[in-house]
Amino acid sequence: MNIHEFQAKEILRRFGVPVPRGLVASTAEEARRAATELGGATCVVKAQIHAGGRGKGGGVKVVKNAEEAAVKAREMLGKNLVTHQTGPAGREVRRVLVEEGLNIERELYLAMVLDRAQSRVSVICSSEGGVEIEEVAATHPEKILKESIDPVIGLAGFQCRRLAYALGIPTPLTNKTVAVMQGLYQAYEQCDASLAEINPLVITKEGQVIALDAKMNFDSNAFFRQKDIVALRDLNEEDPREIEASKYDLSYISLDGNIACMVNGAGLAMATMDIIKVYGGEPANFLDVGGGADKEKVAQAFRILLSDPRVRGVLINIFGGIMRCDVLAQGVVEAARELKIGVPLVVRMQGTNVEIGKKILADSGLAIISAETMSEAAEKIVQAV
Amino acid sequence: MSILVNKNTRVLTQGITGATGQFHTRACQEYGTQMVAGVTPGKGGTSYAGIPIFDTVEHAVKETDVNATVIYVPPPFAADAILEAADAGIPLIICITEGVPVRDMVKVKRYLAGRSSQLLGPNCPGTITPGECKIGIMPGHIHTPGHVGVVSRSGTLTYEAVDQLTRLGIGQSSCVGIGGDPVHGFEFVDVLKMFNQDAATKAVIMIGEIGGSAEEEAAIWIKDNMKKPVVGFIAGQTAPPGKRMGHAGAIISGGKGTATEKIEAMKQAGIRMASSPATIGRAMQEALANQ
Repeated sequence: MNIHEFQAKEILRRFGVPVPRGLVASTAEEARRAATELGGATCVVKAQIHAGGRGKGGGVKVVKNAEEAAVKAREMLGKNLVTHQTGPAGREVRRVLVEEGLNIERELYLAMVLDRAQSRVSVICSSEGGVEIEEVAATHPEKILKESIDPVIGLAGFQCRRLAYALGIPTPLTNKTVAVMQGLYQAYEQCDASLAEINPLVITKEGQVIALDAKMNFDSNAFFRQKDIVALRDLNEEDPREIEASKYDLSYISLDGNIACMVNGAGLAMATMDIIKVYGGEPANFLDVGGGADKEKVAQAFRILLSDPRVRGVLINIFGGIMRCDVLAQGVVEAARELKIGVPLVVRMQGTNVEIGKKILADSGLAIISAETMSEAAEKIVQAV
Repeated sequence: MSILVNKNTRVLTQGITGATGQFHTRACQEYGTQMVAGVTPGKGGTSYAGIPIFDTVEHAVKETDVNATVIYVPPPFAADAILEAADAGIPLIICITEGVPVRDMVKVKRYLAGRSSQLLGPNCPGTITPGECKIGIMPGHIHTPGHVGVVSRSGTLTYEAVDQLTRLGIGQSSCVGIGGDPVHGFEFVDVLKMFNQDAATKAVIMIGEIGGSAEEEAAIWIKDNMKKPVVGFIAGQTAPPGKRMGHAGAIISGGKGTATEKIEAMKQAGIRMASSPATIGRAMQEALANQ
């Protein structure tokens, strides 16, 4: 799960990481008042959407007074901001963050991420802040520094100092930099984050070390113990069908094609998307109904798939281990009747009680195309749409 | 011969009184697995399906001679269950539970370092040596004893591959699901090493998916060490970037993680790659015919 920049900064502040003074505004008038309250020579108005590349897309503007802040806020609010991460439609800006301007001396990169190969969290930093880290990795891999963190010890002071010296941080600012690194690690750990990124981390002419931007993602497996984090979820930023699916504990991801698929298990779901493509079709979604899906869940999954107006056909591929094929078949038949499905439906099932399941489909009187193997199923649905 | 489990494996179920624990303990018992003990704190002294239940793993180990444990306890308590099993010195710990927080698993891995216990999972189907021992949630009836080892990050896709093998008359020595979580126990390489040394295994199927770099690491190991033919498949060739992988996560393994990169690395290592998930069994048939 992603959160907004202003939310991430609020978390960082709690963990002792300095962030610029700022106020959130959802109208131009609020932006004007915020800029007045902040005072100073300049302010920055930043669109709050869950996507990177906002600066290039016109979502970050430096202003000289409260009136300008109101003007820029009005230009952004209610409009769709397009960045390289939003897709061509962009995302609607519902809030802006108005922040004090800083006298920037240097821009650095700092992040906490999971290093899967080590099964540990790593701190990553670079002297090249303000640009995307993937770009630095491609052009100047030697400028990316890493330290692996022992979960028992935490991020040790010596590791932070080593990084600070390697980054060329002026000696009087070493301790401040160490505090920012350790604060970011604490935020990552205690909030069960999967990514905590400050880009750029700036050093000001006045000698402050401040998080100018902040991004955090979280491990949804830990939501049972992170109620405060879950409360930060912004449903406006998510695909409506993905939200609906998550209510029923279904894993759904919207794609661009026209063949909807319903599968049990993430690996088989990805493989089903792949085989649709092998036969020249385009999958409309990834949908994993899980191992133990019941009739109700199958019916809900069906409803979500069909709510996508681009869908021209549905492929169901179930390998019943725990899930029984007869239960699946009943769910499919009931849902197909209730929803009056108007597009071709191909069902391929294997595993537990497959013969009973096939009989239920055949006896239903519905126009269900049945298939024995994955390839046969993919071929049939691609032909049918 | 086989790897990890056989007819002499004696299994403890942690979380035996929950619905999932009961269902699968019963199914494994019916398959012929020796299910000898269960643990649920507070239920010690009772029994399920003729299996004695204990309050602690320590007690279960003392009273019975278990040498493997399978964990079905809910996600908030799963990491603790793994620690308890490791503390009791059980050599093989299989964690089926899906949804264990990554932070918990980072600590578990640190705790396991230097100990004798080995971990499979979490978020995995378990492991089976057909005809001898099934530990986990895979449907037993699709498997048949034989000489092909299967190792996979996916559950149902593994069943699909096994089913294809069985239909072609190709049996399996052992099948191991290592699970799809970012931090887990056995890696591909650990299982491949065992298959390489197992006399009953003549060839291996390796099923990977997008994300991380475990497949690339396995490919390097295979190129240098594997004495048996390997057939591979990578799921997620059409998956969009950025949906499951954070950007900074991709960077730490040097920008690895796409299906294209994994397939290329595996081909380089001499692995016969199935182009479609429907042809994994056939690819193995060809690999065996060419031997």
